Amino acid sequence: MSYEMIGIIVLWMFLYGYLIVASVDFGAGFFAFYAKITHNDHIINQLISRYLSPVWEVTNVFFVFFFVGLVGFFPDTAYYYGQTLLIPGSFAIVLLAIRGSFYAFENYGSKKSNIYMFLYGATGLLIPASLSAALTISEGGFIQETEEGVTLLAGELISSPYSWSVVFLAIVSVLYISAAFLSFYANRANDYHALELVRKYALFWSVPTIIASLTTFIALSQHNMEHYQNMIDLWWMFGLSLICFFVAIWLIYRGFYYGLAFVFVMLQFFFAFFGYGAGHLPYLLYPYVTIQEGATHEAMGLALVIAFILGLLLLIPSLYMLMRMFLFDADYVKGKK
Amino acid sequence: MFADSVAMSRALTSLTLGFHIIFATIGVGVPLMISIAEFLGIKKKDAHYILLARRWTRGFVITVAIGVVTGTAIGLQLSLLWPSFMQIAGNVISLPLFMETFAFFFEAIFLGAYLYTWDRFKKPIYHWLLSIPVIIGSTMSAVFITTVNAFMNAPQGFELVGRTITSIDPIAAILNPATPAKVFHVVTSAYLASAAILAAITAFTILKKKNHPYYKKALKLTMVSTLIFALATAIAGDVSAKYLAEHQPEKLAAYEWHFTTERGADLILFGKLNEENEVEHAIRLPNFLSFLSFGDFNSEVTGLEAFDEELTPPLWIHYLFDGMVTLGLYALGIAMLYLISLRIRRWNEEHPLLLWMIVINGPLAVLAIEFGWILAEVGRQPWILRGYMKVTEAATTSPHVGWMFLLFLGLYIVLGVIGVRVLRKLFQNNPVELELEQRFPHIGKKDDVQ
Repeated sequence: MSYEMIGIIVLWMFLYGYLIVASVDFGAGFFAFYAKITHNDHIINQLISRYLSPVWEVTNVFFVFFFVGLVGFFPDTAYYYGQTLLIPGSFAIVLLAIRGSFYAFENYGSKKSNIYMFLYGATGLLIPASLSAALTISEGGFIQETEEGVTLLAGELISSPYSWSVVFLAIVSVLYISAAFLSFYANRANDYHALELVRKYALFWSVPTIIASLTTFIALSQHNMEHYQNMIDLWWMFGLSLICFFVAIWLIYRGFYYGLAFVFVMLQFFFAFFGYGAGHLPYLLYPYVTIQEGATHEAMGLALVIAFILGLLLLIPSLYMLMRMFLFDADYVKGKK
Repeated sequence: MFADSVAMSRALTSLTLGFHIIFATIGVGVPLMISIAEFLGIKKKDAHYILLARRWTRGFVITVAIGVVTGTAIGLQLSLLWPSFMQIAGNVISLPLFMETFAFFFEAIFLGAYLYTWDRFKKPIYHWLLSIPVIIGSTMSAVFITTVNAFMNAPQGFELVGRTITSIDPIAAILNPATPAKVFHVVTSAYLASAAILAAITAFTILKKKNHPYYKKALKLTMVSTLIFALATAIAGDVSAKYLAEHQPEKLAAYEWHFTTERGADLILFGKLNEENEVEHAIRLPNFLSFLSFGDFNSEVTGLEAFDEELTPPLWIHYLFDGMVTLGLYALGIAMLYLISLRIRRWNEEHPLLLWMIVINGPLAVLAIEFGWILAEVGRQPWILRGYMKVTEAATTSPHVGWMFLLFLGLYIVLGVIGVRVLRKLFQNNPVELELEQRFPHIGKKDDVQ
């Protein structure tokens, strides 16, 4: 396999990883705030901070890893996306900065503040919306290349039904993924009050998630026919995604095997995300950057792949250790450690 | 200026980096100090050191959070503000950028583990072991990111024709001539600044009439560290000067206001430039610049006249150079003075004047870091990639950079102010004496072992 193919698969895996871990984090922030204003915070906030405190920084690194890797493997993307995404990118950075630091202020600092909680919860929904702008413009039609450089057609972006359906999908799936994970975690902690609450959230948000998925599909067919056709050719991946969705919801509805249910949620997004990504190829930014033409030179591509393998040898055992300590250690989850 | 996207891109990058390096420096140095304190505590069976490590860690997390988010900001801003530069950098130097994120990843994983497992292991040394990967991760990420910066000063490992790059050698790009001196200087000065900041906090607390043995131990530990790291930083500074003399003479000449190429060049300390570019009121150390550059009082040092005026950096950086060196020597001097007064019986190592001098050394060390970075970055002007690409060719063409500058300025003010308030609250509401009694009830106020 060519190194640019390895590169894009690696990056897509990391973006998928970020999608899952960040959704848990972003959704949890929103639920924590929502619980606070509905006076349910004593039920779930302990649970949420027990999971998030040791891992929030790791979540952030998934994202950094993705964009550094993207520029590394495909330097042309730095030029095109860098030129066009100044405003949405800057807003995303500011939101991430507020969220990350205020999380630390709230949890490690001494003061419990409603404002911090509000910012933490609100940014959790705005970040996926602003980040999804990058995915939207990758479909083409939103940027223009001239002699002086490339510019974003902001008006087109704001008036496009496709971009809004992506934003909507990003927000509702964050809440759905997060609630499914928290159900698993609450069950693990034998915290049945919390479980009752987050289970309801999961069932509630599953409906808009699946509706938004369909509308995004339809909107894409209006916007980029070529990509849509590629996705239709990969229909079985979206079929598997849908089946996984039903299995997950059935498990959560019946109230057993929450761990397995979350695995199915992950698989649901895995198939949908990889189906979407595979359909997008060979373009990274339609029609300006393809993975072949935009790729870095061979020597660097090889060096990056080697660095990546060595890095994984270091990371996988470390991540495993972290999960053993804070995710699968029943005593820790229950708050006994 | 507000509409000039090059000027605003420079301003915004300076703003973000200037803010980020404060927290990045703490992020590199403080884990080492925490680890040393915990190790001493375990070895000496002394709860004071353990508590020291715990309390430092608690404050550290707040600074890490700001460091992480501002680091993410600069990571993205590189592409948003300098898209053409990153296109080249992506081809040639993405390997260390990529490895930096691995190191950061590694640190993030173990920092989470370190923070939440203080009481989890039967043998405390297991917990201490978790601090080692945190130190490795934080220091290595400084090393890798510094090689990227070194590359911008001494680009090699590729050929550039127009905007097309060929013959790339990733390893040669990392191991460019600037790398050893830069990495050495960045790491030692980060350790120095962190030790100085922790010493300053301790000295300040003692000045507020706290004389618990806990503080004495903390002060001694941080001041000994300050001395060691200040010596290492001084050596690193000398290595850097020798690198500059050989590879970037226009930078050193601008630092030193050295206009004519000559043998036995004088070192100019302080002073000011008049309108005819003549140096006034300076202290001249005869032949010392030659010695500093090549280790020989009679060697030839290239002057600014040898370069095209359009390709030399602004001369005001001389003041920063003097400032940085003076502050470094101040740190070294104050640490020596403290250790001497520990030895000489008649001297009081907790004399208020000495303590105040230690207190101001903390902020001054941060200032020295800022001076050093401005010096290194402005000293490379007008290049973004020395000899290859000018800053003006690399910036984004977006007309909105000015507004983004205001957005980020607001963000950093908010983060800075609230961060300081949170840190103060964290320690004010939870004094050492109280925490010692709660956590280690049997040791009390005596200077004893556990």
